[in-house]
Formats: sequence, C-alpha cells, structure tokens
Amino acid sequence: MPSNKELISTLSPLERKVLPFLEKPIKDIQKSTGLDETSVIRALKFLENKKLVKLTFVKRRVIELGVNGAHYKKNNLPERKLLEALEKHNHISLEKASKVSGLSENEFKASLGALKRKAFIELANNKIILMAKKEEIVKKFPEERLLEDLPKEYDSLMPEEMYAFNSLKQRKEIVELIEKTDLHKELTNSGKDIQAEFLENSQANLVEEVTQEIIKAGGKNIIFRRYDIQAPVPKIHGGRRHIVNQAVEYAKNIWCDMGFQEIEGPLVDTAFWVFDALFTAQDHPVREMQDSFYIEGMEGELPQETLVKKVKSAHEKGVEGSRGWNYEWNEKEAQRVVLRTHTTSISARKLAQVDKTNLKFFTIGKVFRNETIDWSHSIEFYQTEGIVVNNDATLRHLFGYLNEFYNKMGFKKIRFRPSYFPYTEPSVEIDVYHPERQQWLELGGAGILRPEVTTPLLGKPIPVLAWGQGLDRIIMDIAKIKDLREMYENNLKNTRQKTIWLPKK
Amino acid sequence: MANVTFPLRDIEKAISLNEKVIEEINMFGTTVESLTKEEICLEVPANRPDLLSMQLFIKAFKTYQGKEHASQHKINHSLKKTYTINVNKNVKPIRPYTACSIVKNLDLKEENIKELIYLQEKLHATIGRQRKKSAIGIYPLDKISFPIRYESRKPSDITFIPLGSTQEMNASQILQRHPAGKAYAKLLNGERFPIFVDAKNNILSMPPIVNSQETGQITSQTKDVFIECSGKDKNVLHQTLNIIVATLAEMGGAIYAVTIKDEITEISPNLSPQTLKTTKENVEKLLGIKMTEKEMQTYLKRMGHEYSKGKVHVSPWRTDILHEVDLIEDIAIAYGYNRIIPDIPKIATSGERLKKSTLRSSIIENLVGLGFLENSSLHMIKTEEAKIMNIQHPLKVSNSRTEYTILRPNMLIPLLRTLSENTNVEYPQKLCEIGRVFAKDDHTETGIREEEHLVIALTPSNFTEAKQTLDYLLRFLNVNYELQDMTSKPFISGRAGSIIVNTHNIGNLGEIHPQTLHDWGLKLPLALIELDLEEIYKLLE
Repeated sequence: MPSNKELISTLSPLERKVLPFLEKPIKDIQKSTGLDETSVIRALKFLENKKLVKLTFVKRRVIELGVNGAHYKKNNLPERKLLEALEKHNHISLEKASKVSGLSENEFKASLGALKRKAFIELANNKIILMAKKEEIVKKFPEERLLEDLPKEYDSLMPEEMYAFNSLKQRKEIVELIEKTDLHKELTNSGKDIQAEFLENSQANLVEEVTQEIIKAGGKNIIFRRYDIQAPVPKIHGGRRHIVNQAVEYAKNIWCDMGFQEIEGPLVDTAFWVFDALFTAQDHPVREMQDSFYIEGMEGELPQETLVKKVKSAHEKGVEGSRGWNYEWNEKEAQRVVLRTHTTSISARKLAQVDKTNLKFFTIGKVFRNETIDWSHSIEFYQTEGIVVNNDATLRHLFGYLNEFYNKMGFKKIRFRPSYFPYTEPSVEIDVYHPERQQWLELGGAGILRPEVTTPLLGKPIPVLAWGQGLDRIIMDIAKIKDLREMYENNLKNTRQKTIWLPKK
Repeated sequence: MANVTFPLRDIEKAISLNEKVIEEINMFGTTVESLTKEEICLEVPANRPDLLSMQLFIKAFKTYQGKEHASQHKINHSLKKTYTINVNKNVKPIRPYTACSIVKNLDLKEENIKELIYLQEKLHATIGRQRKKSAIGIYPLDKISFPIRYESRKPSDITFIPLGSTQEMNASQILQRHPAGKAYAKLLNGERFPIFVDAKNNILSMPPIVNSQETGQITSQTKDVFIECSGKDKNVLHQTLNIIVATLAEMGGAIYAVTIKDEITEISPNLSPQTLKTTKENVEKLLGIKMTEKEMQTYLKRMGHEYSKGKVHVSPWRTDILHEVDLIEDIAIAYGYNRIIPDIPKIATSGERLKKSTLRSSIIENLVGLGFLENSSLHMIKTEEAKIMNIQHPLKVSNSRTEYTILRPNMLIPLLRTLSENTNVEYPQKLCEIGRVFAKDDHTETGIREEEHLVIALTPSNFTEAKQTLDYLLRFLNVNYELQDMTSKPFISGRAGSIIVNTHNIGNLGEIHPQTLHDWGLKLPLALIELDLEEIYKLLE
C-alpha cells in the first residue's frame, strides 16, 4: 500500500482538479473545474481505480418532451385551441369548428376526444355544445401542467400527473419515457483522508513534464507527479521479420557455427539435377506428374556431355561394383524442367564443381510438391540440406552432425531409423522426440551418397554425407503454430502479435 | 514407401509383440505406422517389396532377430511332364515379357487366399507401377492345359467370362464394363491386346486387366497353381514372381519350374542367388564402427544373406542390392542404428554465410527498423491473379492440385494478395519481402531466369513516402540512383518512376492506380517499390 503522500503524488492533473469537489454533483464539479462531463467522469474512474471513490450506476426513468410536445408547450395543446375557438363560437357544427380552430384533422379529432373526456363539451345534432364553466376553462389542464414541468422522474409522478402522462402517451410524440443511467459517487474513507490531506497540502505543486526550463534550472527541489506504472497502455505495432525467416536465419547460423559454407541455387531446375544426377530411376514414382510441378512447354539444357554420359551409364549399367537400374536412360526425360522437389539438386550441382575434399556445405531453401493444401500439407516448404565431402566420412559422422544440429535447434532426444532413398546407402530417417506431446516427430532423410551418384559427379566414389530435412514442422512446433497454412498466409494481425522465435535451450 | 496392413492375429502367431519388439520392427527399417487390436500397419521402404508379403516379412524379421534362418527355396523339376509357355512375337510391341512358375502341394486356408490377393494388389501398386511394369495372374493348375501360349489378338477376337462376372464379354466390353477393365483400360490402347491361352484354346486371362472366371479363381480346394507375371521390365517380372513364389513356398508349397520359349528359352523361376563382394575394412570405413569378420557374417546372416570368404550370396528377390554399399547398409541395420554413437570429426573447417544471404537479411532488417513487416509468400500465383494483372506469357506448372498455377513474374502480385486479404487489419500497413521471381530466358539452362526482387508496400501512403523509403535504403547500401519518368501499369502516370542504378533499370516505384486497387478490393491509396536486387548484389560484392 502506498502512503497517502505517495498516492497523492500519483494523481494526474485531471484527478487533482476534481478531487476537492468530490462531494458535489457532477454538474457542479464541471462548473467548479471548468472541465466537460467526459473529463470529469474519466477523472472519477481514475480515482475509482485508486479506490478513492466508489462509483455506482443507477438506472432511472425520466419523462421528457417529445417533438410534438415541445411544439405544444410553446403554442398550446390543440384542445386548448379548440376550447378557445368554442368560447367564441358556441353551438357550431363540427365542420365549422374544425375550420375556426385552425387544427389539422388529426389534431381536431384528438382535441374533440380530450374535451369530451373532460366533459367540457357535448355533441348534439352534429353541433358542439360547450359545457365547461368559465373558471374551468381558465384553469390549466393537468396535461398542460405536466408539459410545463417536464422533464420529470417517472417514479415521482402524482396520481393526477400519472393520468395526464398516460393520456398524452397515447398521442404522437408528445411525451417520451426515457431510461437514464446516473453515476452516483461516494467518497471512500481513504478518499476522504486523501482529499483532506490534499486540500491541506495543495501547495504540493507536482511537476507533470520535464521541460527545458526545469533542466536548465538544474532540476533541484522538484517533486514529480508519480505515474501509475501498472496502468495499461495502448498497444503499438512495429516492424518485424517473418517468423519463418527468423527461424531460417537461426538455423543458417547454426550450420555456419558448425563450419559449413552456405550454397544456393535455382528453384527451377532440369530433372537432370533434381533426379537423374541423384540416381533416381526415370520411372520412379517421385518423378511423376502428380507429385512434382513440371513447367509446361519448357525443355532445359543438359550440362557438359561427359557428365551426362557418366550419369546415363550409372543408370543403365551402374558404376564399378554396381549393376545400375538396367533400363534405357532417356535424355529428353532429364531435360524436363521442374520446381525442385528437394534441395539435394543444389548439393548435386555443388559436387559437380568441387575438386578437393574436406568440404562442408549447407543450403536452406524452399522445395515444392504438388499437393492439395491443408493443415499439414503445403505446396512448398523449407528444407535444410547439407553435404560433407571427406575421404574418411562415416555413418557415425552423419549421425554426429545431425545430432548436433537438432540439439542446437532445441531437441535433446534424436533417433535414427533405417530408411530408403534411391541416392543414399546407408539411408537414415531422423526423428526428434517431442517431450510435451510424448511422440517422435519425423523430420526427413539422410544418408551416404551412393557410388552411382558420387562417381559421375566427383570422378571417384568418395563418401559424401548428405541430408535434407523439412524445417517447417520444427518451426511450427517452436512457434506453437498448429496449422501449416498459417505459416505463409501472411495474416498481418498474427504477424504483429507473434512472439519471438527461439528454440528451447 | 508403401504401407501394408497385416492381420494382428496372423502376425502374433509368429511374433509376440511387445514394446521392445515394436521398436525392433522400427529399427529393422519397417516403421510401425499404427497398431490396433485387429491390425498392424507397417511402412515398407521402396527397396524391399519382398516385405509387402506377410510370410516374407515374418521370415525376414525373425531372421533379423536371430531366431530363425533364412529359407533356401529349391526348385523342383517335374519328371512326368514339362510345362511350357510359348511367347508369340506379336506381344513384343505391347507387353513383351512374361515370367512364370508352378507351385504344388498347397493347402490354402481362407486367410492365405486373402493374403495372396492383398500381396498381389500391393505388388501391382508398387514395383508393378499400377500394373504397367508388371501384373500377376494366378490359376488353379487342374483347370488349365499346357502348353500355354502368350500371344496377342484383336480385341474383337478375345471373348471370355471375366473374373467376378457371369456373362461372356469381348475385350472392348471388358474395358468398358468390368471394374478392373475400367480401372486399367488406359494400359491397353493399341490394336491388339495380350492374352494367355491354354492348349484347349481357353483364354486364361487378358493381362494386365483380368483373369477368366472359369480358369482364374483360386479357392481353398486349389492344391497346385500356375503363376504368370507379364510386363515390360524383365527384372521386375522376375522379382515379382520370386516374391509370390517364395510366399507360396513359405505357405508350404513346392516350387516347380516351367520352360518359357521366347526369343531365348529359359527356365523360370530363377532363384539362383546374386553374388557380391564385401570386406570387413570397407564396412568399418563407411560405418565408422569396428567389428570382426565373424560378427560381419552374423549381421549379414540376420539380413538373409550368406557370407563366406569375402563373398555374399543374396536372396533372389532382393534385387535392390545393386552394390556393396547396399550390403553395408544391411550390416548397419543388423548392427542396430541405435548402437551407432554419433561423432563429429575434429577437423576444422570454416563456416561462411553467402554474401547474398547476409545482404538479404541486412536489407530486411533495415526496413524492419522503419516499421515494415516482413511478408513470406508462395512462389506461385493464381490463374485469376495473372488474368487481373494481364500477365503475358505466364510460366505455368502442369497438373497443379491447387489454384496456384503460375510461377510468379513479380513480387507485386503476392503483396497485393496479402494486402487484399488483410483489409480488416489495422492500418497503416507497411510490408516488405525479398523473393525470387521467374521470367522466360533462352540464355539459361532451364529457359527460365530467376531474379531476386525486393518489394516494399505502404498503405495508406503516397509517392513521397515511397521515395523516402527507397532513398533511405539505398543510402544505407551506399548505392547511387536516379529516377526517370515512367508510364507503366499498374502505376499512376506522372506519379511513378524507374529506378536507375549504374545505367541499369533495376525497378519501379510509385503510386498504384485506383483501378488496380479496386480490382483487388483495396480501399486505401498504395505506394509501392519493386527492385531487382541482382545489380545491387553485384555492386556490393
């Protein structure tokens, strides 16, 4: 609990203006402070947050003048006009009365009814006979008195007023019953204390802003108004990196830390680099139209002939010590142009360029699959790809690099399962354990490139460790995104609200 | 990869499942996808179609566990008579090859028949490539007479009652009316269709569609069967046949050879093992683990291979073994992937980000500092979007399963999509993205040029704010530029310019025309910059 003094020093200028007059009705507070109603109410709410006043909202019903009511109040009710006309011309016909009274048809009908109910007139032989006595005529109707008194509390109506209200209510827009909410305020005990102390020491000239003058004067002997630091503030929006790119940056830096050089390459490539250079037989299902995005009407160029011949021969007859796929390799099939289905095409291109060993490369980029889009499938996603070219590379090393990377991505338990890919042998599937969901997440494949891949590309069968795993599932998991579609839908509200992407340590 | 489902009752007769054994099945390379009270579903890798057979899976897994030895299937040669299949040259342009066998002395139970039909389906779907590469037919031996002819005829000359039907149909009717006919009609589109015909001139089947009802139905009374596989790839035919034959042998049958008289005459099935070489040194070098030759022999045995003195004999259905490395993988599986301890070699290499990749991040981070949100969009645009923006010569993908069909020609379109999908989100909206765009270009390997573009969008905004942003960014990058008047859609003429760097036109900026805003359902003024970064990368490298 702050002391009274502290509390007083947190009062805003608005609150301080209002505080001395808290016992008064709101209208009077407005007068005394010169503030408008909204400001007074805002100040009261601030004070309520500090528990200095207790605010209650009370509903009440008020009778107010309607549009016609305001007019009649000024120009008399129609029945008064009719009565005055009848005073001058007694025993006249309805038609004539209507004319001389100057009332509209509706007004005239209503007036006749009203005067009849009061027994001021009688109708005989289509003539109006005035029955009221002079003193009755001079006296104001209850309806007239009510109109003059409006606005008036519904609950405070006397029986006669209630009668007048009910009769006027049946006529068009003369009176209106309106529900109003009143703000009742009551000083709490601490409110009374604070008010008393405040009035006593209102000399406490609290400083609101640090001004240039105050700084010039050296800022001595100044008491600043204390802020309510718990008070909520309006939200602001700044610029942000996309959550997926935050994650991609993070992963790229891990590979760099582990001594890998970044490489990049085309998203659209020939089937030669995406499939053939990776010993994927030309009738392998992955190459079929329904799974990959081929570009219509495009035919690519193959690389230099010597390499193409070596790849062809690897497919048809194998390399040294291998049988190959035993079919006729078709150059045209390799020339088809396709959106890469994996980043391994980039590794294949790199391997065809290098002329030494002990190299480590990585790339992180989009890959494409011809899927229908749903919560767990997208037509494109990120893959994290790496190769290690080394005469002494082993399966243990492959496990080592992947283990290290996924550890750094926040997964402590990693499992390697036997798997199959046309271009690696041994082949591995990597799973990471998800401690919250208590299940293994399947991330993707890895392996040691087959001699049928390395011999044509490198000239000799050097062991090359290679991997390419989808990154999106991990990104989603760490970002607590449940639906894959959310990743690339660019909902700006979400982008603005997403918290920092950071793996658990 | 293919999933197979086996009845749990049948599996549990041979393998008692518990948590440890399930993990062993995973580490055998056949991941348990699901396990219910009735069924177990396994993911079988594409190189092991033999494991699609429950019989062969059980045998292989128990061998892997060290509880059994791999079977050596013997081929019997019939003394009483020879079974001959004559292949007519007229099938060569259609479905050129067949591989056949006979299996006798079967005692098939209902579940065996179900299993066989299931295996047939799975083999058709996987290595058979939907019956294109190989299709299987199985016939009760007592219903057919040898020699059998594999030949082709005109569809009108082929008439028989297809399996599951009561009426005789001709080939065209079968393709139109029979369920299998309808499903695989596209595989037979020539003037002649292939058939198997027996010595009594009964049509046994019309591969790869359907068998005859009269000669092509296996029941629990069937003791002896004739099996044919037909297709285009001889290797696959023999692999398929061997898997079927081995499965029947595991069910208790005896394999008998047939003679296939084709361009060359051969005895089928061919169950002679393939022989490859391997050495302990090669295994140790590739896996990074130590073992004795004896251990290596044990590991090979557990995977169904025989090893002696550097030579490995491989089961005839393991046609996935192309090279020594395939054997080394099998050794690793038998050794246990979970026993291989991860290790990083202590050889230093120096890691490095690509300059481009670093620059890309710097540019985006600089814009984020100005309050821009980074966008990340798909590389394809919708057909409708290309139409609205009047894109000439779109680069289309074939057979897209979604409305995204065209490689994006610019970054403007994905940004307009984002803006149009966020009209209910608080403004102002400031967006930026770097991404690849695609254009036809005969001078590239694929005929398609990829460029990296930066796009910046501000709304509600105007030319001045866009130019301020460009100016801020290019000053940061230390790149000099000038603007030239430009009249081009979708910009407002007189409020747009080309960005010139080093005499190259590298992009545009300006206010977007209200007609385009209207087309995209946007209600506030939009200023936009699109910039080719390749020239800037060149300048900075």
